[in-house]
Amino acid sequence: MNFMASKQPENSLLGPEADSQRTLYPYVTGTSVVALKYKDGILMAADMGGSYGSTLRYKSVERMKPIGKHSLLGASGEISDFQEILRYLDELILYDNMWDDGNSLGPKEVHNYLTRVMYNRRNKFNPLWNSLVLGGVKNGQKYLGTVSMIGVNFEDNHVATGFGNHLARPILREEWHQNLSFEDGVRLLEKCMRVLLYRDRSAVNKLQIAKITEEGVTISQPYSLKTYWDFSAFANPAQGAVGSW
Amino acid sequence: MTKQQANWSPYDNNGGSCVAIAGADYCVIAADTRMSTGYNILTRDYSKICKLADKCVMASSGFQADVKALQKHLAARHLIYQHQHNKQMSCPAMAQLLSNTLYYKRFFPYYSFNVLGGLDNEGKGCVFTYDAVGSFEKVGYSSQGSGSTLIMPFLDNQLKSPSPLLLPAQDAVTPLAEAEAVDLVKTVFASASERDIYTGDKLEIIVINADGIRRDYMDLRKD
Repeated sequence: MNFMASKQPENSLLGPEADSQRTLYPYVTGTSVVALKYKDGILMAADMGGSYGSTLRYKSVERMKPIGKHSLLGASGEISDFQEILRYLDELILYDNMWDDGNSLGPKEVHNYLTRVMYNRRNKFNPLWNSLVLGGVKNGQKYLGTVSMIGVNFEDNHVATGFGNHLARPILREEWHQNLSFEDGVRLLEKCMRVLLYRDRSAVNKLQIAKITEEGVTISQPYSLKTYWDFSAFANPAQGAVGSW
Repeated sequence: MTKQQANWSPYDNNGGSCVAIAGADYCVIAADTRMSTGYNILTRDYSKICKLADKCVMASSGFQADVKALQKHLAARHLIYQHQHNKQMSCPAMAQLLSNTLYYKRFFPYYSFNVLGGLDNEGKGCVFTYDAVGSFEKVGYSSQGSGSTLIMPFLDNQLKSPSPLLLPAQDAVTPLAEAEAVDLVKTVFASASERDIYTGDKLEIIVINADGIRRDYMDLRKD
């Protein structure tokens, strides 16, 4: 019988009861996000799948959202944590607007805020299980950054999360250059997304491409990529090495 | 049912190497600009160097999120110091602050391997080297990070300092000229890039002397 009242308040993160409150693993997840800088701003692509382990549970998940006037956020990882982040950002943008001073949070500021949020959650051993891509344009300055679930962040001319790091970044390193046209940028992103579709088990063939420029954000309607499954390597993968698979 | 263990680590090693060399009236601080995770390169253009005060620069390698948090913390403390004392923090003062800040998180450390370089109050070069929990020492030169095991022996060979145990105490700063020290740093990183997979892409060199702070870049191997 516990005569002494516990010294810890109800919502404390100390003690064995708290362990059930800390993130252990993600449940509903989104796969890669790929983004690049082009002539007029940022282009970002993500498919619309929400996987529940190996089940494709949700097929219309929007994993890219506009933030304020100048930014676009794409997320991979736990979808519920992404929704939580959108709530945080909503409040951030709201308070920024309430100043009504003609100033508005740019992509650099939003990225910094997100980095601090992710890092602080990691410090408390209760991370938001996402890899985020934050792109935007403000006063002609293009910005593209990323932050991981443990707070690792950087900016670059092209970024990707998850499998995109393995499959898309090498393509982007080879073919990205300054001042890509919109068509070339989309073509490059589609090339990356197609490779991901072929090789990432959790990718789905329903994607959106988002564009952000000084004028604002446009997120495309969902569409599918044309795929070709009759490559001889796909049709007969063991051709060069009999007995393998 | 056994208690679930976390299957994520709060730490990651983003790699890279840092070097600092102190001279009679200058200090050279350098670090590569590659940021990696596992066998991937995240970006080729990330600065590991942070200017903490007018004559005090820190280079850190290790876990980037912790490094960033540490840099922000020290920058904030420096601002408060300036408000309270109406002057910049000296390099030795910043050195102690860094040590205390690291030890404060002794039981959940900043995974950050630092070298601090700058000029002391007399304008002489000084370099301080740290481990992740704040042990530090004033030295004539040092390297930290993934390439430090390759770089340090070479620096020992070229710059061997007199033992700090000697009496009377002898100067640890190198008699080399500024240009020679910069050249040595470039050589050292070119060599480290050959054999350390986490070091490469580009080298960022900072030189602090009486005229101020100067920054230089040099390309390194990208493989």
